Amino acid sequence: MIDEAIQKEKVEKVKMETTKTSGESMKLVIPRAEAEMSNVAQKTKMKIEGVCAWFGDKQALFDVNMNVHEKEVTAIIGPSGCGKSTLIRCFNRMHETVPTARFAGDIMLEDKSIFDPRIDPVVVRRRIGMVFQKPTPFPTLSIYENVIVGLKLNGVRDKKVLDQAVESSLRKAALWEEVKDSLYKPGAALSGGQQQRLCIARALAVELEVLLMDEPCSALDPISTSKVEELIHELRQNYTIVIVTHNMQQAARVSQKTAFMLSGKLIEYDATEKVFTNPSNKLTEDYITGRFG
Amino acid sequence: MFVINYQTQRSFTNKLMVFLCGLAAVIAFVPLVSLLVYVVSQGYQQFKPAFFFNLPQAVGVPGGGMANAILGTLTLILIASVVGLPIGIFAGVYLAEFGKKGKFAWLVRFVADVLSGVPSIVTGIVAYTVIVKPMGNFSALAGGCALGFMMIPIVTRTTEELVKLIPHSLREASWALGIPQWKTVLSIVIRTAKNGILTGVLLSIARVAGETAPLLFTSFNNQFWPRTINEPTASLTVQVYTYAISPFDDWRQQAWTGALVLLLIVLAVNVFAKMFFKTGRGVLR
Repeated sequence: MIDEAIQKEKVEKVKMETTKTSGESMKLVIPRAEAEMSNVAQKTKMKIEGVCAWFGDKQALFDVNMNVHEKEVTAIIGPSGCGKSTLIRCFNRMHETVPTARFAGDIMLEDKSIFDPRIDPVVVRRRIGMVFQKPTPFPTLSIYENVIVGLKLNGVRDKKVLDQAVESSLRKAALWEEVKDSLYKPGAALSGGQQQRLCIARALAVELEVLLMDEPCSALDPISTSKVEELIHELRQNYTIVIVTHNMQQAARVSQKTAFMLSGKLIEYDATEKVFTNPSNKLTEDYITGRFG
Repeated sequence: MFVINYQTQRSFTNKLMVFLCGLAAVIAFVPLVSLLVYVVSQGYQQFKPAFFFNLPQAVGVPGGGMANAILGTLTLILIASVVGLPIGIFAGVYLAEFGKKGKFAWLVRFVADVLSGVPSIVTGIVAYTVIVKPMGNFSALAGGCALGFMMIPIVTRTTEELVKLIPHSLREASWALGIPQWKTVLSIVIRTAKNGILTGVLLSIARVAGETAPLLFTSFNNQFWPRTINEPTASLTVQVYTYAISPFDDWRQQAWTGALVLLLIVLAVNVFAKMFFKTGRGVLR
């Protein structure tokens, strides 16, 4: 029965794809072979295998294994100090910027290891971007310059391209309407929520594929938080998002998959509904119901 | 009743302490103010346009000035900046960005601290041996180099402190955008710290403008307009020295005015630097 269901979904998918391209030519779309039971159209964007991380002698992550799926929001929750930020910082090779940091294991982005010695970490960070807890617009740059700083410092000079990039990034970050008349004001003159959306626009401008967010709403008021969450909903259609949050309600609102971490270990990783209503692990249940953390 | 007595006693002690601190501040203030007042009172007589536009004249001839000396001081400061600023700023940036640990960074910091305490006459003699003797003549170039060497430690330390003040989150935000480290340092970090760095530069200029000893051995002095930087050049400090020890009244009078002008230049640069830092500080939230 399950096989039939999958078969039906595959057929429907083919129908959908062919009708979309009927204007041009009938392309035969072959359904992806690695579709899983619960998510037919999901492709693995990042594979995290056996990741361990140290700060000097202190081990912060103990053998974490998970798969991040494409065009999906994955939330990582857990009490303070459990290693959520360390894990997410390993994803875009920011962990190694800390002087005493060490790393073991592998992380694959679409089947290529990001730790391949031939790959420059800078290039990795252009495909996997990050937004931090505290909004950090560059204070000496205007809003316009803030958005394109990633492009400009990587050699893009064409003004038309830059203008287009500014408008499209600010629209994607739901900030265009609010700042389109004051693009040349300093970036630090915006309110906290606007600054955070500016940082998101800045990250989107370099055309990344995966967006990592380290507690992006912690420093914001509830209204700005809800605006950023709406933004995440929209961005999901085009980007893969991993969000670290200590706010469980936010994780439940925003994500499709949730990972629960405790003391550096990945305790449970499953669909959000399942983790919050019927977790498999007792530790997860204790955390969710507020017995600790 | 017991409580009220203790309160009055405390209040009295408080007032006494505030008074003593105020008195100490006034006592510290007095030498500076009296210096200013004395120099102004002695120097205002010759503070005329002739002073700023005329060359020095022979004794007894009226209408002499120190125009060439003022120009000379400005030239020397310019050369000193060209020599000292790039080295100082980049050394400061190196120490703040890459020099958190490691023996080399420690050595650089140590040398900078020691150099800032070297007596200026020693710098002058060294510059004489290293630059003037091989070149065979006194020059503004040598003088500028000597002053530049004195600027380096100040600029290095100020730049290092200022760049360290930049929050690390700014650097991380830049790295996370895929901007390489050296571009982050040049375009983001230095740009954000530029107000503070400029203040350090201005303070070092103020310090160096008032130096006499190094110039005695390097740029010597000159009673005429400078033609090139490769010849002895007049400077305000050396000219004031020469006139002050002379036995002639009108020259000594001019020396007071020279001292006044020098004081005003240094004061103006210092005040400007502090004001500039204050208004520019807002960006370092």
